[in-house]
Amino acid sequence: MFEPLLFKNRRPERPATLDEYRRGGGYEALAHALRNLSPADVRHLVGDSGLRGRGGAGFPTGRKWEGVPDDGPFPRYILVNSDEMEPGTFKDRVLVNIDPHMVIEGVILAGYAVSAWKGVLFIRHSYEREAALFEKEVAAAAEAGYLGRDILGSGFTFEIKVHRSGGRYICGEASAQVKALQGERPRPDKTAHMARKGLWERPTVVNNVETLAYVPHIVRKGPEWFKGLARTGAGTKLYCVSGRVRNPGCFELPLGTCLSEIIEKNAGGMLPGSVFKACLPGGASTGFLPAEFYDIQMDFDVLKEAGQRLGTGAIIVFDEGTCLVGATLNLMTYFARESCGFCTPCREGLPFVRDLLHRIEAGQGEASFIPMLKEMCGAMSHAYCAFAPGAVAPLKGLLTYFEDEIREHISQGKCPYGPDPRPRELTDGALWSA
Amino acid sequence: MGGQDVLGKFRKEIRKAEYPRELAIDVMYALQARDGYLTDEGLVEGAELLGMTPLEMEELATFYDFIYREPVGEFVIHACDGVVCWMFGEESVVDYLCRKLDVAVGERSRDGLFTVLPSSCIGQCDKAPAMMIRDRTYGPLTPEKIDEILETLKQGHFPLIDEGDRDV
Repeated sequence: MFEPLLFKNRRPERPATLDEYRRGGGYEALAHALRNLSPADVRHLVGDSGLRGRGGAGFPTGRKWEGVPDDGPFPRYILVNSDEMEPGTFKDRVLVNIDPHMVIEGVILAGYAVSAWKGVLFIRHSYEREAALFEKEVAAAAEAGYLGRDILGSGFTFEIKVHRSGGRYICGEASAQVKALQGERPRPDKTAHMARKGLWERPTVVNNVETLAYVPHIVRKGPEWFKGLARTGAGTKLYCVSGRVRNPGCFELPLGTCLSEIIEKNAGGMLPGSVFKACLPGGASTGFLPAEFYDIQMDFDVLKEAGQRLGTGAIIVFDEGTCLVGATLNLMTYFARESCGFCTPCREGLPFVRDLLHRIEAGQGEASFIPMLKEMCGAMSHAYCAFAPGAVAPLKGLLTYFEDEIREHISQGKCPYGPDPRPRELTDGALWSA
Repeated sequence: MGGQDVLGKFRKEIRKAEYPRELAIDVMYALQARDGYLTDEGLVEGAELLGMTPLEMEELATFYDFIYREPVGEFVIHACDGVVCWMFGEESVVDYLCRKLDVAVGERSRDGLFTVLPSSCIGQCDKAPAMMIRDRTYGPLTPEKIDEILETLKQGHFPLIDEGDRDV
């Protein structure tokens, strides 16, 4: 029987309190680490556990922490990335609501591991309730002596603050997030080496909320135990399922659980009358997985080998009755709007792609649009950061697996799925040629 | 509106802060809460407080979704236009809200109470279609539910969040 780790204190409609978290062994890892382990020991434990970042990129957490030079300057920072603006993704919201102290303990341990003095929870505006909850529980942790000066008599000093974002997708990118915190216009900076010169040019580690919540468990029970929880890879994973399923929600499961099992067992199967057509496996910036991938194991490496990405593990399910051209148009509209506008391929290319799709969906498509769309997918790799290539991932999937559906739109001169759901009229300027 | 010294609490923080402009977003939110939206005067006031030029502040203000540079209603309704909400008829939600309140997207309703803004995915995909008003989220929405919510707000009740209402 699978025992949840991050969701072990999940209860209806109420977060676990500090005492409840402690009763399950909470803050034992911190006490143990401060008493018996060096910062390097904690880094090694996390490195050996095989924990990979859960924010989308899957970078090994231990290696990220090792990037902070021993002789790096102070103060050093931990940025707790809770921006979570990837459509389809809501796991961090659920996690903070279930067990805020698990996240807090993880942040403190990360701080200890890289000798940081301050943690900043970077949270999106739409999660104001979670921000307020987190602030309240940070105060409770400080009251109990887990934060502040000389934590548990160890000499280690650490504080956590909450930053409320003004709200923009790109702020989830580490270097843009740093700029946002510095009160600058947030745009990615590829020259930035976070671990050496991040926030205020000091060593900075940016980790996702879910990633950090695993750390206390790894420190307490060891890397081998953690590895053993997964079917492939290491640990568990929070999968969010939304779309045309009976019970959408966030589920903690062994990493590498099959897509079909997550949809059928955890999300209750498809909605009555709906047949699985495709899903986005990890939020809006991953590609469509058609039915031939229905039994794939949801893991970083398995999906990579299949030419796909696990992303945030947010599974958006589409059924046979949903127009994927319309869905892709929605996604391209989103990304065209969220582009920070800094580089030309992204700023100009995404609206161009959106307009082509809009014309196809509106029944004004031409056969020549398909090679144009393909060319634009390639052109996005010339953009400055990973935003634009991620943005066209669903479009690539559409072109690879559902080209017939695009052709049908063009040959019929209308959307074969009818007007609902239909794309909203574009309001920001004329189509590229009328 | 106006007159309140909402920036007072920042003055002390700024004196202590090594980098005052790290408070830029918080200052903009405070000015917006005072004036209903971030006015031109408020923008200049905030910039002066933080030692920024008004242009630098404008650069930030126009970048973010939740800083309003135009007058908005007392309740800004952020209707999610993410792909999951789209799948469940988000466009109908926006249409319905606009018809009900007799406004176009972005406009303020005649009673000054409401503005409807389609918004980037608000992270409520398990409750699609969803919308957000202040710090409260609603979903899955139906016309009846929307009527009920609007009616409650018109009567001057903003439902407070209690502990038994958490999104877990």
